[in-house]
Amino acid sequence: MTSFFQTLGMSYEAAWFTATIAGILLIALPLMLAVALIIYAERKLWAAFALRRGPNVVGPFGVLQSFADGLKVFLQETIIPSASNRGLFLIAPIITFTVALMAWAVIPFADGVVLSNINVGLLYILAISSLGVYGVVIAGWASNSKYPFYSAMRAAAQMISYEVSIGFILICIVLWAGTFNVSGIVEGQRGHIFGFINAYAFNPLLFPIAIMFLISSMAETARAPFDLTEAESELVAGYQTEYSSMAFALFWLGEYANVLLMCALNAILFWGGYLPPVDWAPLYAVPGIIWFFVKILLMFFVFAWVKATVPRYRYDQLMRLGWKVFLPISLFWVFLVSGYLMFTGHFA
Amino acid sequence: MIQLVSFYIFASIVIASAAMVIFARNPVHSVLWLIVAFFNAAGLMILIGAEFIAMLLVIVYVGAVAVLFLFVVMMLDIDFAELRAGFVKNVPLGLLLAVVLAAELVLGVGAYQAGAVTLGTPEAGAATVSAAVPNIEAIGGLLYSKYVFMFETAGLILLVAMVGAIVLTHRKSHGTRGQSISSQVQRRPEDATRNVNQPVGQGIEL
Repeated sequence: MTSFFQTLGMSYEAAWFTATIAGILLIALPLMLAVALIIYAERKLWAAFALRRGPNVVGPFGVLQSFADGLKVFLQETIIPSASNRGLFLIAPIITFTVALMAWAVIPFADGVVLSNINVGLLYILAISSLGVYGVVIAGWASNSKYPFYSAMRAAAQMISYEVSIGFILICIVLWAGTFNVSGIVEGQRGHIFGFINAYAFNPLLFPIAIMFLISSMAETARAPFDLTEAESELVAGYQTEYSSMAFALFWLGEYANVLLMCALNAILFWGGYLPPVDWAPLYAVPGIIWFFVKILLMFFVFAWVKATVPRYRYDQLMRLGWKVFLPISLFWVFLVSGYLMFTGHFA
Repeated sequence: MIQLVSFYIFASIVIASAAMVIFARNPVHSVLWLIVAFFNAAGLMILIGAEFIAMLLVIVYVGAVAVLFLFVVMMLDIDFAELRAGFVKNVPLGLLLAVVLAAELVLGVGAYQAGAVTLGTPEAGAATVSAAVPNIEAIGGLLYSKYVFMFETAGLILLVAMVGAIVLTHRKSHGTRGQSISSQVQRRPEDATRNVNQPVGQGIEL
């Protein structure tokens, strides 16, 4: 895109700057729209699981429900509790929301369609997703209220715990792909199984960690069954308890942008990203972005499915799963994968 | 141009937030300013082309260490009056430290500018890494070949520290009731519930 702006007579730097801003807008604005629609889709899915109808009043089939909700919170008054820490109270939702958008910079939507194709893409995602916890922790502390504070404590412990095993899982993938570049990882899956199937997940050695990554990503985004940070039966609404109107909406949007990001990561790391499922020429006629979106939506269906059916974990069970089950297994798997690759001369 | 502007942005934010770490009254604010400083220092690292170090800085310091800091500091019961009470007592010590640090800085920079020290000489045969090699590969290549003993030693030291921390904190606790996960998992509905078809008007024997 930089070269396009250069043809308009800009210098390289100005063209790069404009192209980057345009790229950011091209990702962020559709993402907002996608979040609104995905919230609608998820509510419809839960309704179907619970034999209800779900949103069906605003717009055809209730499609506009999210937009109506957005308008509603936009018109509400932002209530700031008098005992709260005013500045931090307002910054917290902004952090959550911004961080949720930042990680999309390195996600390849199709072959070569990526805002920033950096060598350390996967590390960047890991770094940015580790920032996500600050929004929750600051919100919980700044609210100066009991339940948000508990929630902040839980969030901090939970996200650190699962980041460890996520790190090891990513290392397995990086070992196999031989690069930290996200596009490189997708390309590494081309014809991975019998030179035909484009996905790491069908590799018997990588399938268990694909499952572990799916579960860890639910824990990392604090989704059901791991939504202990906002467990309504224990903590009212967790860190969001004191929030209203747009501040609350930013948390909400950020949470769903994070969920979509994790779905995208699952699709990229294990299910071939923008590649079609099998390496067969006619399937490449469909643009890569369509395959990518289909995979994201399938992952999102799994997320919604789990949220609709699985009861919430107890806190000690959550910690046990993270530290005593996932950590040893993923550590062992790094050993196993690197040993296998060494033995078969993958790097020779 | 963009590099220059972003350098000044990052650098000034690092310095300003580092100052705020000291000047903030509230320890929680101090930790948050520290996080801002870390994050912008990572930006500086990216500007000099050390993207791997930058990412490590964010993952390790911002993502893990600072969260734990925040975790601890948030739970402190802070008495601001008490915090300020120790100020006068500690001023001489603090001033002394500040003077020593400033003198060391002046000395170091002066010696460097006088040309008395050379910061590391490349050994014979040590090839400089070309810019085309991603620095994650360059670091890995060095770390696992030339500096492998240092690297393993660092790992061992960390292991010892970890074992030490576990030994210090892990003691048999009395009077607490732990969860037995395996018995919880093995429990079946038949163990806890019973279906009865009770005639109307009669109680159930438990």
